[in-house]
Amino acid sequence: MNIFDLIGPIMVGPSSSHTAGACRIGLVARKMLGEKPAEAQILLHGSFAATGKGHGTDRALVAGLLGMEPDDLRIPESFSEAEKEGLSFSFGTVKLDGAHPNSVLLRLTGENGGKLEMIGASVGGGKIEVREINGLKLRFTAEYPTIIIQNHDNPGSIAWVSNLLADAGVNIATFQVTRNSRGREAIMVIECDSPVTEEMISAIRENPDIISAGKVNL
Amino acid sequence: MAVFDSVESLLKEAAASGEEMWEYVLRASSEEANISIDESWAKMSATLDAMLESYRSYDPEQRSASGLVGGDAQLMKEARDRGTTICGPFISSVIATALSVSECNACMHRIVAAPTAGSCGVLPAVLLPYAHGRKLGDDDLIKALYVASGFGAVIATRASISGAEAGCQAEVGSAAAMAAAALVYLHGGTPEQMANAVAMALKNMMGLVCDPVAGLVEVPCVKRNVAGAMNALSAADMALAGITSRIPPDEVIDAMKEVGAQLPPGLRETGQGGIAVSPTALRLFPEEGR
Ligand code: SF4
Repeated sequence: MNIFDLIGPIMVGPSSSHTAGACRIGLVARKMLGEKPAEAQILLHGSFAATGKGHGTDRALVAGLLGMEPDDLRIPESFSEAEKEGLSFSFGTVKLDGAHPNSVLLRLTGENGGKLEMIGASVGGGKIEVREINGLKLRFTAEYPTIIIQNHDNPGSIAWVSNLLADAGVNIATFQVTRNSRGREAIMVIECDSPVTEEMISAIRENPDIISAGKVNL
Repeated sequence: MAVFDSVESLLKEAAASGEEMWEYVLRASSEEANISIDESWAKMSATLDAMLESYRSYDPEQRSASGLVGGDAQLMKEARDRGTTICGPFISSVIATALSVSECNACMHRIVAAPTAGSCGVLPAVLLPYAHGRKLGDDDLIKALYVASGFGAVIATRASISGAEAGCQAEVGSAAAMAAAALVYLHGGTPEQMANAVAMALKNMMGLVCDPVAGLVEVPCVKRNVAGAMNALSAADMALAGITSRIPPDEVIDAMKEVGAQLPPGLRETGQGGIAVSPTALRLFPEEGR
């Protein structure tokens, strides 16, 4: 129980789930993309679609994509900030099967052409969970240093990654593996107890079975 | 850790430590979060600054996204300054502060969720006028926030602080309970009196539903913060007068959780019950009404 969840967070109103949480989802997506987003298709689901506008969910999501934290006073003006930063965005609604009522599907293209499709959910009190990346279901909060790896599902990749982290002195808190239906690609989500460096990520990328690797920490 | 699992253990552990309640909450929560006492204090101090700023940022002209919220705090301040209110200047300031901060939240200002954004007006509503009248310093208010968060942590652990889960009793009700404990502390009361104030404040909001019009944190949220603040004041005064809750605080918190579970989904932040489906609300927001 973190007492700063009782007196806090410091945030731009009006809703911890629909404003602060939405901003954090945008922020995590930006970090996962690993570059400045240039284009964003934002599809709102459930309560986000129904009451998002009045709660500033739309502006908060764009603010997060621009790298703003939930207490950033520029959130209400994020649309004009986006114009200055060269981010073009569009909004729509979507019905996602079995998704949390406060969910959003983001389709991003970075300024260097990188792509990311992510479903994020705002699960209450400003807390969020990433629920899907590039069509693969998973679940993490980004509150811990988290490594996300997409790989060809060949024997030994998991052991290889965990050995590499052990050699770097990183303690693994949780380790999830998800395969897509075809069974040829998998995603590893690794929550760590200590910070993960860019060098470790580069080292992970050297394995030919690894398609992509990135890290995120709010 | 077990400290914040019950009011009973909170009182017992604090007494055993020989520390004041605020000091105990500060130390125990820092140990749990693995941060230093200084780091925690600095963070709470920044939080208080943000709370004060959320009050100062009020603008009588501001209006919320729906246009339903704005201007009410100003009307209350004017009535207070004319000296025509029934409750007198102190209570009128409490009402005006609750409205100010909650209106600021609805208008996308920066606020401190306490415990939630919808209930962010309750704590500042009682703390600011109280401190102003007595020339208290920031340190006293920071200590009061630790007291409030300690009892709030128990409510969050045993029950809920989410309107979607347990109705407004869990948001404004919990805020009132936290504010009552903080007031008892500032007024020199004992930890037992704080606990009694928490129990009485929560009991008196038991069953309060969450029924925001159009699903927005505007109506009835803003004015409900006033009710929470007034409830905190009376609970604190009762406890300080030596009145006890006949039902122990932990049992009250458990009952609040149970009531929350029994609330139909329409009365838990879905905007599909209570005030949200009143004819006027449905006329104003035809799309949201189902
Ligand atoms: S009515 Fe619902 S949304 Fe409004 S303050 Fe209460 S719990 Fe929060």
